[in-house]
Amino acid sequence: MSEVTVQGGQEVVGVARIEGPILVVEGGTNVSYDEVVEIQDSRGQLRRGRVLEVGEGYAVIQAFAGSTGLSIDGTRVRFLGTTLHIPVAEEMLGRIFDGLGNPIDGGPEPLTDHYADINGQPINPTARIYPRDYIQTGISTIDGVNTLLRGQKLPLFSGAGMPHDQLAAQIVRQATLGKVAGAPQTEGEEFAIVFAAMGVKNDVAEYFRRSFTESGALTRVAMFLNLADDPPVERIVTPRAALTLAEYLAYEREMHVLVVLTDMTNYGEALRQISNVRGEVPSRKGYPGYLYSDLASMYERTGRIRTSKGSITQIPILTMPNDDITHPMPDLTGYITEGQIVLGRELNFAGIYPPVAVLPSLSRLMKDGIGKNRTRDDHPRWGAQLYAAYARTQDVRALASVIGEEELSDVDQKYLKFGRAFEREFVNQSFTENRTIERTLEIGWKLLSILPRKELTRVTLDEIAIYYKGDDAAN
Amino acid sequence: MSDQVGTITWISGPVVRARGSRHVGMLELVEVGADHLVGEVIGLKGDQMTIQVYEETAGMQTGAPIYGTGLPLSVELGPGLIQSIYDGVQRPLPLIEQAMGSFINRGAHFDSISREKKWKFTPKVKVGDAVKGGAVLGVVMETETFEHRVMLNPDDHGTITWVAPVGEYTVADPIAKLKMGKEEKTVTMLQRWPVRRARPFTNRRPANIPLITGQRILDTFFPVAKGGAAGIPGPFGSGKTVTQHSIAKWADAEIIVYIGCGERGNEMTEVLQEFPHLVDPRTGRPLMERTVLIANTSNMPVAAREASIYTGITIAEYYRDMGYHVALMADSTSRWAEALREVSGRLEEMPAEEGYPAYLAGRLAEFYERAGYVNNLNDTQGSVSIVGAVSPPGGDFSEPVTQHTKRFIRCFWALDKSLASARHFPAINWLDSYSEYLEDVGAWWREKTGKDWLTMRNRAMELLSEESRLSQIVKLVGPDALPYTERMVLETTRLIREGLLQQNATETVDAFSSVEKQIRMLELVLYFHERGMAIVKRGAPINLIHDLPVVDTIIRAKSTVTNEELHKFDDIQKQIDQQMGQLDAEYRS
Repeated sequence: MSEVTVQGGQEVVGVARIEGPILVVEGGTNVSYDEVVEIQDSRGQLRRGRVLEVGEGYAVIQAFAGSTGLSIDGTRVRFLGTTLHIPVAEEMLGRIFDGLGNPIDGGPEPLTDHYADINGQPINPTARIYPRDYIQTGISTIDGVNTLLRGQKLPLFSGAGMPHDQLAAQIVRQATLGKVAGAPQTEGEEFAIVFAAMGVKNDVAEYFRRSFTESGALTRVAMFLNLADDPPVERIVTPRAALTLAEYLAYEREMHVLVVLTDMTNYGEALRQISNVRGEVPSRKGYPGYLYSDLASMYERTGRIRTSKGSITQIPILTMPNDDITHPMPDLTGYITEGQIVLGRELNFAGIYPPVAVLPSLSRLMKDGIGKNRTRDDHPRWGAQLYAAYARTQDVRALASVIGEEELSDVDQKYLKFGRAFEREFVNQSFTENRTIERTLEIGWKLLSILPRKELTRVTLDEIAIYYKGDDAAN
Repeated sequence: MSDQVGTITWISGPVVRARGSRHVGMLELVEVGADHLVGEVIGLKGDQMTIQVYEETAGMQTGAPIYGTGLPLSVELGPGLIQSIYDGVQRPLPLIEQAMGSFINRGAHFDSISREKKWKFTPKVKVGDAVKGGAVLGVVMETETFEHRVMLNPDDHGTITWVAPVGEYTVADPIAKLKMGKEEKTVTMLQRWPVRRARPFTNRRPANIPLITGQRILDTFFPVAKGGAAGIPGPFGSGKTVTQHSIAKWADAEIIVYIGCGERGNEMTEVLQEFPHLVDPRTGRPLMERTVLIANTSNMPVAAREASIYTGITIAEYYRDMGYHVALMADSTSRWAEALREVSGRLEEMPAEEGYPAYLAGRLAEFYERAGYVNNLNDTQGSVSIVGAVSPPGGDFSEPVTQHTKRFIRCFWALDKSLASARHFPAINWLDSYSEYLEDVGAWWREKTGKDWLTMRNRAMELLSEESRLSQIVKLVGPDALPYTERMVLETTRLIREGLLQQNATETVDAFSSVEKQIRMLELVLYFHERGMAIVKRGAPINLIHDLPVVDTIIRAKSTVTNEELHKFDDIQKQIDQQMGQLDAEYRS
């Protein structure tokens, strides 16, 4: 992270063309690609923008607050000679900022001489530490079968009207560094939280603020808010500003940082809008061809590095338009992130909270954070067994809907029973229930004990001997 | 060596235009701006040149200088490649970390191969020898067990006038002198080779030796030959990377080139941290000692991602030229195609399907055609096998990259989301996958194991496709409606699926199955089927077979019987005989 002094650069009066949030300015010299500009309209109001393209004698600029009120002759553009930087400081925790990083809570500008480029720089793969420490969230569907590790990026894929905000708030409230099953629990104040809202309703931002207040976490939270009625183009900057602060806290102040980004779908739409105005060749659904690289430039700002004890863990939330997981936003996100937690409409209708659809959910890093000396020896196989059994339940349900439950074989009947109990007892838990890892494992074994032991081929015979409590446990 | 040849007139992301095209050649390597960022000339028009820049261009201005190098984008080849980790244009990441810290800054210039490290060189030619391109001039032990053969550049030939005696040399020291026509040329252990030009060989050989990966679904069911090309397409979360890692760990190649192309940083770190601790079952040395890593993660500059594939394949060809079997993993070729698309978009080229440039198919073909089992210029034989991951958007295999890839590979491993959801790994769908190498490698199996692998494999596939047909019926009417003989098929296919096809990459015993273990397991399952079928045909109810204790034993054999204890399969076969024998006796009358 480099320090910069913002110098007053050259100023150009008048623009050649305005189209949506895009301005073309002629006459500037020595304009840099990606440079920040200050745009002044005819009434003296200031707004900021960024250079998207430079040619000889002209520059294409994107105005973050849009171009409303700008005129061809009356607009002045001042080139600031640097890429977009924001101040970063530990004191920013407990504060609220707008989407560009300016304070909006009435407090003063953060007092620091530390400015960082919002684009960050890629972490050298050789400098990373592979994530291995799990975070106990107290939620069975995450801790048990989709374990979250420190330094992982694990998005919530949701849909309109589903309780993704509650789930994210619960994760943030309960998150603590995981212990081996049976070890005494500690109440964690281990995480600093950086929260970025892109285009969400005021209610949602307020919900998170209240939830942070109630759990006493507010002093550990920095909020960057670009709400639904704020300029869409600013959304391009919001998550980057938030991650820039997160990187400072994690890698220079050695803190463990949880970053919640909501809602990435709105971010994608803002990106699409700009690409559209610029007349770029679209790929799928009108999104630009560089959507993958663009998303990666944010999601990859997660992890741990060797020179710091801190870590960044990301929980991006995105609502899938029409619940379609193949939509470019969830699709490309899933290719970059290390798994996904998918919320299911049917479970939500059935009144199950959190409605985590277990089968499409996945944590790629789980295998490295669980098992012997981390959670418990049987955990990996136990998880695979639960998955396999619940997947079989779906087949049995499909069959039952055709031939009727009565016609099912005894074993299949037991799968049905297992499936119901799995959803009601394992998936379902209250918003305030904070389960320990051994409690989660215990519930899982209780459910597996509904099935005949012969069906349990993923766990070892020794594990069956210790934990299996079913009817035919003896033979 | 670098003179200013032009000035920048236009910048948009990784694409830069500049005046001064008269002084550069197409695909020439240039240095861009005051920071000397690495770039490549990709278009010339009038006085204008178009350059793709391999580093972040933020902050660059018009009017900034362009420096020419006179060379095409090339890689450095020589001892010291093994155990290296490079970015897409072969810059050593560990040195960048030492110099710049945890984050990758711009304008890093480092030698790809250390100029200081000394290698013990043993000459294999003498003064007066006539040598042609590719000739082995001497050898160096690159690791404790790996012999690096120092070769003459394929474009050179002549008569040796001097050769260095046995001793310690750096890659920059002269090791031989050569009279080429009238001039004398000094040869070092270091070569440069343009990445976009395939290294020459004498001719191709038939690809009829399988690349053994220790993965049962691959080796037994859908084998790829050494020198062949395979594609692994799959939606996210279906296990492309885990499969690629498994192949990189266990494939019986002498050199592995692993290209992380536009993928996750943590995955490359996993390889970096895990491979030095894993032991190659064939040499007993750490797996890292046969691995070259290229890591251009998704957040690193996109143009370097485009180059990373070529950097990797050129290094692979170099080791092939020494007479080794090389396996190259590219994860993921879709990200490489997207890099092509991004640069093409910035050039405002006319798009073909889904915004991809019309030359996508041509580029894919060029890449996959660099695989092959060949006779080298120096009369050795070597191979490059390519395993390319494909990440189709939405898991839809009809998209352009998957479709074009299918045209240039002969082995297709289709990953399936629903299998992955049920935690059936590797989630390779046996009905959608294919291998065109089956007949080619049949003879090898017969020679190696003495068994008719192909017939057994086809029998198992027949049962699996029968299962797929039967499961349609079961979905409609339930399993009870099927006759016992058909339900016997379902019993056996369950054993094939759970006992053979499923394989746990994280479990020590199961992670790698030797060829002998694989064929023995296949044989055992088919034996179970034949015996069971005979009994069922005599009228024994299917649940008696289903409840036999040996069923569980067979499913668990993959993780209870190690590669060294194959005699245990004889015991399991005895259990089948004994348990089935009782039933057989009961229903014989």
